[in-house]
This record gives sequence, structure tokens and C-alpha cells, in this order.
Amino acid sequence: MADSAQKLVTGNRLRDGVPVYFAGAGTWSPVVNDAVLVEAQAAENLLAEAQRGEKPLPAVGLELIEAVREGKRITPVTLREKIRAFGPTTPFGSR
Amino acid sequence: MYRYDEFDRRFLDERVAQYRGQVARRLAGQLTEDEFRPLRLMNGLYLQLHAYMLRISIPYGTLSADQLRMLAHVARTYDKGYGHFTTRQNIQYNWIKLEETPDILADLAKVEMHGIQTSGNSFRNITTDPFAGVTADEIEDPRPWCEIIRQWSALHPEFSFLPRKFKIAVSAAQEHDRAAVKMHDLGLYLRRNAKGEVGFRVLIGGGLGRTPYLGLVLREFLPKRDLLAYLEAALRVYNQHGRRDNIFKARVKILVHALGIEKMREEVEAEFAAMTTDKLELPAAAVNAIAKQFAPPAYADAAGDDAVLERLVSADPLFARWVKNNTHAHKQHGHAIVSISLKPPGRPPGDCSAGQMELIAGLADELSCGEIRVTHEQNLVLPHVRKSALHGLWLRLTEAGLGSANIGLASDIIACPGLDYCGLATARSIPIAQILGERLAAREEAIGKLAIKISGCINACGHHHVGHIGILGLDKNGEEFYQITIGGSDDQHAAIGAVIGPAVAAKDVPGAVDRLIDAYLHLRLAATERFPETYRRVGMNPFKDALYAAG
Repeated sequence: MADSAQKLVTGNRLRDGVPVYFAGAGTWSPVVNDAVLVEAQAAENLLAEAQRGEKPLPAVGLELIEAVREGKRITPVTLREKIRAFGPTTPFGSR
Repeated sequence: MYRYDEFDRRFLDERVAQYRGQVARRLAGQLTEDEFRPLRLMNGLYLQLHAYMLRISIPYGTLSADQLRMLAHVARTYDKGYGHFTTRQNIQYNWIKLEETPDILADLAKVEMHGIQTSGNSFRNITTDPFAGVTADEIEDPRPWCEIIRQWSALHPEFSFLPRKFKIAVSAAQEHDRAAVKMHDLGLYLRRNAKGEVGFRVLIGGGLGRTPYLGLVLREFLPKRDLLAYLEAALRVYNQHGRRDNIFKARVKILVHALGIEKMREEVEAEFAAMTTDKLELPAAAVNAIAKQFAPPAYADAAGDDAVLERLVSADPLFARWVKNNTHAHKQHGHAIVSISLKPPGRPPGDCSAGQMELIAGLADELSCGEIRVTHEQNLVLPHVRKSALHGLWLRLTEAGLGSANIGLASDIIACPGLDYCGLATARSIPIAQILGERLAAREEAIGKLAIKISGCINACGHHHVGHIGILGLDKNGEEFYQITIGGSDDQHAAIGAVIGPAVAAKDVPGAVDRLIDAYLHLRLAATERFPETYRRVGMNPFKDALYAAG
């Protein structure tokens, strides 16, 4: 676990698969900065809160990931989650 | 090309309607994700890092121009304007919305395409030589046999839930293997026996992934009429004895190597011999009816084409280089097989934009009897081009960014989508391929044929085990590292590469590959001695010394 890492809940939006972040009060955002970030001991409660609500939930594959707050910016810890949050690291497609 | 009949078309339309209902129920909350996942996967829809990914089957890698135009339409209308050709001769789209997938599948059904059996524990796309039917070194066109196997294996009720996925490849070329047959769960080579009869040499138990094996000979000669019965016998043995308790040990290669090939053969032959009334023999009339659909096109008289080409090649060294690397001998006089590289150095391997697909479809209609092939090296092929048309074709491809003259060279790199897209990946593949491609392009002519293959995880979609230089991405405590193998090959001299030593950090991969290539250039006896041959002759140590001495 990274030093000073906290946790947030992420998943993929059901209708289009876009990575989304639990922003509290039943809302989800595609912007990682909008995520609710909690200490590790509060993480399971946050996940339980994210899983509540009318079915279908707007997001699928919910999981807790590590992230750090640097100033006003939230950054996931792992490369995988950074890529999910900010997109592929290389331009895609061709001409 | 094979065309669907009324039964096929009705089935596909009904399948799309069924799927449309499943998606509607999922979006309405009437199906949970656990309930819906197998339904979407049965139609080729995965959920990846950034979006849903839709994989479309391209049977034996053969496309009509109209089908390629439809793939362009899907890319432009439903994705971000491009598609990604895969090592299974399929195409996948990385930015798909679930709610649009029924419309995508309905559009694809109009040109007889779908995503069925591109996922799950079932038969996957039957693959073959991308030069099938047009190369002089084959006994006969293998695609009718691929089509027969496709029809037999599609939604086969007995084998709809195998222990794990099952991949079959067929090749009819006698001297070359361009279909990586030995890396398949089951491989078929069309061969002639001592009596001059044509049948199949059957291999089983090949595969890459975390436990790479080359296929072993199950039957030296199988008469054509028994093909499906024998496949059925082999699949019954696998279905009954293949492990289902551990996904990593469920492929048929594990069963074959656990039992031993002799015992496996004994089991399959016993099953085959026990077939009586249920023995499925192929009637010659049915085989001929399918073969007719793959009849060669009516080639134009190309008597003067060789002279025209010779003159143009002499006048333009860039064109001459493209002809040397990207065209191949055709069985029809005055014609050539053309490989279109989807590996412009510095670009993601296998990606093709909607505009490029439309251009290639138009060129296929104009110059290649409306036909395109997809290769397992993630390139495209125009199989029937007159030699006098090559220069104009090259100019138009070059203008569209498709003129790279690098087929089989160092920048013609196979790479899986890796961690930039794939939910299974442990490291990135594409950026490594881009860096290597750009770096090696300047000297690849001097290097000669070299196969670099990169996978972003142990599942080996980038075929790293059979690269002359293979690169496997790993996660080591949150950092990307790359394990290098050398000496692999996926052709008629197939071999699994050997791990050279400790993995290297991402930033060190280009230098490491440079040192391996420098060692090869120093060690090879002649420019015609390819990397795996040099490796087999001198062994691992000189390469190991070259790679790690500088570290």
C-alpha cells in the first residue's frame, strides 16, 4: 500500500463502460477528482454505500482502489488505475 | 467467398433480436451483471478498462470489400473511428457502448458477420494461411475445410461448454506455415500420403499462454471424409477428461501433456473406432458444393505485366523496396499477393482507421476481385493484384499512411492491446512496440527478417513465446518490467523461445533489443541466416553476454 494512500470506489458505467467514480449520495462521476476519498478503515462502508440504490446501479464491477490527494487533485496509485482514469498513454487509431 | 444461405441469415437475425431483448432487460435492471455477462460474452462483448470491447469474427481471415466497408461504418459510427485487427485474424473495437451493441450487431448481420464464439469456452475463429488459395506451394485451398469446420463447430450442442476455449488452424502449404498451426489446440496440415491421396496431418495440444507447448502429432494421415468424425472424437476426449477445476490447467494442451500423446491418441482412436451410426462422414457432394464457393476468380490476361513491373521497379528504389518486402509470389502468372502493413513505425500495431478501411475496400474492388485477408501478424492482404497495378496501388496506399515496406522486418511487430486497454494486462505493450518500431526502422533492411512479438501479460495474445525476440510485460511491485525470450518461431520451424535472464525495466527495453540485434548481426554467418537459426547454432550465452554485459 502506498504511503498516505486513501481509498475510493470505482466501476464502469453500465450503459457505455466508461470508468466512473463514486461521488456520494448515489451519484457517479467520470472524473476521478469528484470521487469520495476515505481512509482505509472507512473503505468498506463506502463500498457498501456505493452498492445501495435502485437496480440497475449505474456502474458495474465496483471495487475499492487506492488513490492519493495531491493538492486539489486525486490520483490513483497504480498504473492500471491511472490509465483507467486518464486514458491510454499513447494516441490510438491511425490516420 | 462463402455466402450465407437463408437458414444462416434467419439464424443471425433471430440472434440479434434475442440479444437486443437481453440488453434491454439488463438496462432495465431485470438482469444482474452476473446473469448478463455470459450473454454478452457469447456475442463477443467484453468489458475492458475504458469501455466495452466488441470482438467480431472474421472466419479464416477472409473479408469481402462490402464486409470491410461495414467494419469501417462500425468504427466511424459506434467507436472512435478505428478498429484493431487481432492475432486471431479478427477485429475488435475498444470504445463500444453497451446500449448501441444491438444496432452494431444488426448492421454486421447485414454483411453476414457477428461476434458469436469470439469469447467463452467454445471453438474460436478457425484460422488459416492468409495466402490460402493463391499461393503455389499448397496442395489445395484450405478455406473450404475451414468453412466445413466452422459450420460444424458453430453452436455445436455437444461442445457448447468445453473445459476452455479451443482454437483450430488449417494450412495447405507444403513448405511454409503462415498460420502458426503448431501453436493451436488442434492443427491441421493438408498433406498427400504415399498413395497420392490428400488428407490431414492432425496435431493436438499446442498453445501459448502461461504454459506454452507446440502441438504433437495425433494422426499422421486422416482421410478427408473422416475429418469431422475425428474432430468429434478428439473433442469428446477433451470434453470428458479436460480439467474444469483450474482455469489455468483447462486447455487441451495440459490434458495432452498430462496423459502423454500416446495415451491421448489411444483415447481418441478408441472414440473414433466406437462411432458407428453416429459417425459423421463428409459426403463428397457437400464438400464440393462448399469448395465451389471458393473457386478462383476469373483472372485477367496479364501477359505483359512482368515487364511493366520490372521497368517501374528499376525506376524507383522506394517502390522496389515495397515490392521486395510486401508482395509475394502468386500462383497466377502476372499477379501478386500484396501485404498491406498496419505497422507504420511509431503507430499502434494492427490499428486501422475507418477511412483506411474504406480505401482498402475500394482498392480490393478495383484491383483484387473484391477480396481482403487478415493475417495473424495483424496486417491485411490483397490476394489478387495484377503486377501492372502494383505501382498505382503503392502510391495510393502510401498517401493513406499504409505504404510501410516492412512486412516481416523488425518494425512489423505483433503487440497485444496491453495495459492501455486490456483488463487482464499487467504491463503496456503498444508503447514498447512504438518505441522499438521507430528505433529499428532505419536499420531493418540491414537486419533482414526479424519477428518481434510483445504481450502485456502471461496470456500471450501478442505471441511473445514464438517471437525471434519475445517480450512479456510484467508487474513487479507496481513497476513495469519486461521478460525477454529469444529463439522462438511460429513458422514451419516452430519453436518456443527461451527466457534469456532477469526481466528489464521498461526504459531499458529498447537498449536491450538493440544489443540482442547487434549480437545477432555480429554472430550470423550470412545475411540469409535468420535470428532463430543463429540462436540454434550458437546457443543462449553469446546473446546473454551481449544483453547483460552492459548492465
